[in-house]
Amino acid sequence: MVTVVRHARSVEETHALARRVADLLRPGDVLGVHGDLGAGKTAFVQGLARGLGVTGPVSSPTFTLIHEHEGGRIPLFHLDVYRLQKPDDLADIGFDDYVAAGGAVVIEWAERVAPLLPDERLDISLEEIDGQEGRRIELVGRGPRWETALAQQGAAPAC
Amino acid sequence: MNVLGIETSCDETACAVVADGRRIRSNVIASQMAEHARYGGVVPEVASRRHVEQINVVLKRALDDAGIGFDGIGLVAVTNRPGLLGALLVGVSAAKALALALDVPLVGVHHIEAHLYANFISEGASSPPDFPAVALVVSGGHTDLFHVRGHGDYVLLGRTRDDAAGEAFDKCARLMGLAYPGGPAIEQAAREGDPAAVPLPRAWLPGTHEFSFSGLKTAVRRLAQGETPPPTADLAASFQEAVVDVLVGKTLAAARAVGAPRVFLAGGVAANGRLRARMQAACDEAGLPLFYPPPILCTDNAAMIAATGYFHWQAGHVDGLDLDTIASEPLAAGPAASS
Repeated sequence: MVTVVRHARSVEETHALARRVADLLRPGDVLGVHGDLGAGKTAFVQGLARGLGVTGPVSSPTFTLIHEHEGGRIPLFHLDVYRLQKPDDLADIGFDDYVAAGGAVVIEWAERVAPLLPDERLDISLEEIDGQEGRRIELVGRGPRWETALAQQGAAPAC
Repeated sequence: MNVLGIETSCDETACAVVADGRRIRSNVIASQMAEHARYGGVVPEVASRRHVEQINVVLKRALDDAGIGFDGIGLVAVTNRPGLLGALLVGVSAAKALALALDVPLVGVHHIEAHLYANFISEGASSPPDFPAVALVVSGGHTDLFHVRGHGDYVLLGRTRDDAAGEAFDKCARLMGLAYPGGPAIEQAAREGDPAAVPLPRAWLPGTHEFSFSGLKTAVRRLAQGETPPPTADLAASFQEAVVDVLVGKTLAAARAVGAPRVFLAGGVAANGRLRARMQAACDEAGLPLFYPPPILCTDNAAMIAATGYFHWQAGHVDGLDLDTIASEPLAAGPAASS
């Protein structure tokens, strides 16, 4: 497990960090996004989508649970499990199908389904700091692939 | 002709019979709300299972209420996009079975388009609204502004960049300790509150027809979880006013921008009394006729599906038994000039 901590002073800096993560994404990747209501989870996913080259709008899928974004370097499947009550519900919204569908899968409120997520994944936690705009963003890489990727990322200059 | 409409895209199992696209002969909605209220949201696994359990009961009830048998159905219309695939499949499978067995045409309907068509269903002798119009579709999953130029001819002017308005109601209700669904709970709490009591941000996003409610949600969270939270009624009233201000202001601005001579309001949040009253006042002042469905046709229902299916069938659009279900699909693209 490798942890990298960044401070974003604005939504733009959150987007910039997410774009850099997007450059690392490969088909079958699973990302968990964590944070309170209003912590900026959807903003982070918007940055991921832009980094992949998705041009369409990226909004919260809380109500519909899944938004599929095509048109980028690889597809981005944006899940929001806020309304799921038990991890088993993840299977019913087709999680395994999305992981196998040739894109990256990013899950908001991932802690609710943590037991069913693959061991190799990137967890992103957002936390409000410094009032209105600032966010502490913690990236936790699990498994060899993300440990290596984050070790390189951690050595890179801060955004 | 009697059109059978079937809707199972989210948390309502609904069937309806609508004659000639406008006259409701039955409209049955088996709401799963009581089931979901315990969880503070829709639980998809529960939703899919309940749809399977309820679809035949709701279908029979819709036919009985309409006073017709299976042989009285001339067309089957069903929501096939967007929505939860597992939930959509229940309605689409039932629709295909009926269309095949009865040898009648099948039409797949876009859920958001159907919300617009709720405005075409006649409750009395009124004539259907005319085109063009600006339409605000506002619900738990959508906050979209369309330029509606004719049947099936839509341009997306703008939508939410983050949370849908109905989602903001649900999440802020939870932050305030109010019940699910958040819309009615906040509207009720707001009646005792002062809409000017708590200053809250409004994202106007000038130069666009887009919306953003995540900043408002964050502001409500800070206040509700702060050391001295404002009275719930005042916070609810101020929150509702902030949402309504933006919805009304941006809808009127969009109507001016495209020169639309009338306004449609649709979707679950269109049942909000404060939104209806403020939108009516603003449209009156601007001299624009406003159309909105009765509350029972704002919520997810199958009458609007039947009405939409009828207009598609009239225009010669029918689907085969290979009709697919689609989780995400926008109703319309944006204007060609914009990015």
